[in-house]
Amino acid sequence: MSAPAAISVQNVSRDFEAGGQTLRVLNSVNTDIMPGELTFLVGESGSGKTTLISIIAGILYPTEGTVAVFGTDLYQLSDADLVRFRLANIGFIFQQYNLIPSLTAAENASVPLVAAGMAREEALARSMVILDKLNMTAQAEKRPNQLSGGQQQRVAIARALVHEPRLIVCDEPTAALDAKSGRRVMDLLREVALSPDRTVIIVTHDNRIFDLADRILVMEDGRITKDGREAMDH
Amino acid sequence: MTWIALKMLTGDRQKFLGLIFGIAFSTLLITQQLTIFVNLIQRGSSAVYNVGTVDLWVMDPASRTTDVVYPLPSTALDRVRGVAGVEWAAPYLQSAATIRTPEGDLEGVTVIGIDDSSLIGMPRKMIRGEKTALYEPDTVFIDDVGAERLFPGGIDPIGRTLELNDRRAVIRGIVDTIPSFTSQVLLYTRYSNALSYVPGTRNRLSFVVARTAAGKSQGEVAKAITAQTGLKVRTRDEFAADGRNFIIENTGIPVNFGITVALGVVVGIAIVGLTLSLFIRDNIKQFGALKAIGVTNGKIRLMVAAQAGLVGLIGYALGVLAAVAFVNGFALGGGFFKGFYTPWQIPVMTAGVTILILTLTGFGALRTVLKTEPASVFR
Repeated sequence: MSAPAAISVQNVSRDFEAGGQTLRVLNSVNTDIMPGELTFLVGESGSGKTTLISIIAGILYPTEGTVAVFGTDLYQLSDADLVRFRLANIGFIFQQYNLIPSLTAAENASVPLVAAGMAREEALARSMVILDKLNMTAQAEKRPNQLSGGQQQRVAIARALVHEPRLIVCDEPTAALDAKSGRRVMDLLREVALSPDRTVIIVTHDNRIFDLADRILVMEDGRITKDGREAMDH
Repeated sequence: MTWIALKMLTGDRQKFLGLIFGIAFSTLLITQQLTIFVNLIQRGSSAVYNVGTVDLWVMDPASRTTDVVYPLPSTALDRVRGVAGVEWAAPYLQSAATIRTPEGDLEGVTVIGIDDSSLIGMPRKMIRGEKTALYEPDTVFIDDVGAERLFPGGIDPIGRTLELNDRRAVIRGIVDTIPSFTSQVLLYTRYSNALSYVPGTRNRLSFVVARTAAGKSQGEVAKAITAQTGLKVRTRDEFAADGRNFIIENTGIPVNFGITVALGVVVGIAIVGLTLSLFIRDNIKQFGALKAIGVTNGKIRLMVAAQAGLVGLIGYALGVLAAVAFVNGFALGGGFFKGFYTPWQIPVMTAGVTILILTLTGFGALRTVLKTEPASVFR
């Protein structure tokens, strides 16, 4: 008997209003993502991958369908419970890092713990542990503008992992990095983030890192049209 | 999250200082202008408060303030003295006159004539000279601010002779007074002397100043005086308020100061609102990221409130300190600003205005943050 899916997306559609017209950017998407999988979501611009990852991450309501993350039907939760669920279970890595410029690397990494109510000192101590795993101890007291792009992305990864969430969602994590830095960040992400009880979903255009994926979902016109590593082999 | 909010704010040094400047400037302008306004208006009651030990001011029904007077016949004094409940009553003359200064310039002065025998009507404190010197012929006492004005540069006014309405007047003392609204030179002399200094009309008694007998209320005695003499009676505080109200009602000062205070509020809102909205706009992606991560709107509100609170506290403290230092500095310098002070009510009012400015601008900034969709960080 196979393990239950970490993420279950059922008949998810999403419409947007634009210029008085309704645009369907996701159209009855169905997929299950298993724990321990590093899944890439790829596709052309406008294919719906950012919308899908936003819905999976609990920050955008679907027009139709259901999304269950580790057995919790996200959109059956109240707004307050959904925010709490995200804080406890989901880590975010953004394309532009979105670090707070006036905080040090350690302080930036500690934000989810502080948001959850942890005392500052304890949160900083825990963020130092994760920064150490990412070889960022020496940069812990530096501010984002004193760090390279790759180092900033590692701080963002530390922030995404510090509270030990079960789902990590990444939006173009290598887009702002050169090939070498991007590869190094992805190697680290795979090494540190991935575990049997954790799932990582990455939206990317970067075909230089496709070989790191366990599974690739290709999106076109709001639908998943290809599924599996072989999808990108050609 | 408060420390994160404050670090976000203080880390952006330019905007942080801009916000503090906005609040400090607004606070300084409002506190300083209100302080000057209040002190200036209080000058309208200076003549009343310069006279010690007097409970009641008796005057012609047409008289309104110490400066707007219709003189009484000298018989009014005895009529007031004859009212039961009046412990004593004394004449008080206040009239404009002209002196020729030592340099030959003409200067308007106010001559105040006080009771010959008791010297009731004199300010409480002499700065130089003895009260009894007033009994010497042609003696006048000059107020301290007037002395500085007439005799600048350290010239000693004692013993100087003035030409007062073509008559000789010798300065033999300096009295400590609250300057008048117009800061005109005050010359105190005995009532009989004053009558000879001031151009004659049939009636020249400006007021009868009186004290109520022990055990009698001022209200009762005032009513009795009015009933028996037909004269108007105001208690000390009522008459002081009449002087202040006269300035408020008959000059453009409240409007002018009101405009400056309103300007302070507008400048505060403009600078703080603009800087705060720029700060929020610059950090909107960070706020979006925080919302996506799981920071609740309630915590975001607290963050913006903490940021506004810190800016408000520092800016308000700097503004009030600067205003108080400004007012006290000028007050210590004497002259027109002598005795100026900042009543505690003004910083309290300014604190209210600061809170209003921060609430208005904070809500504007907060709206932008709260409207930001967490999903926008993925776009």
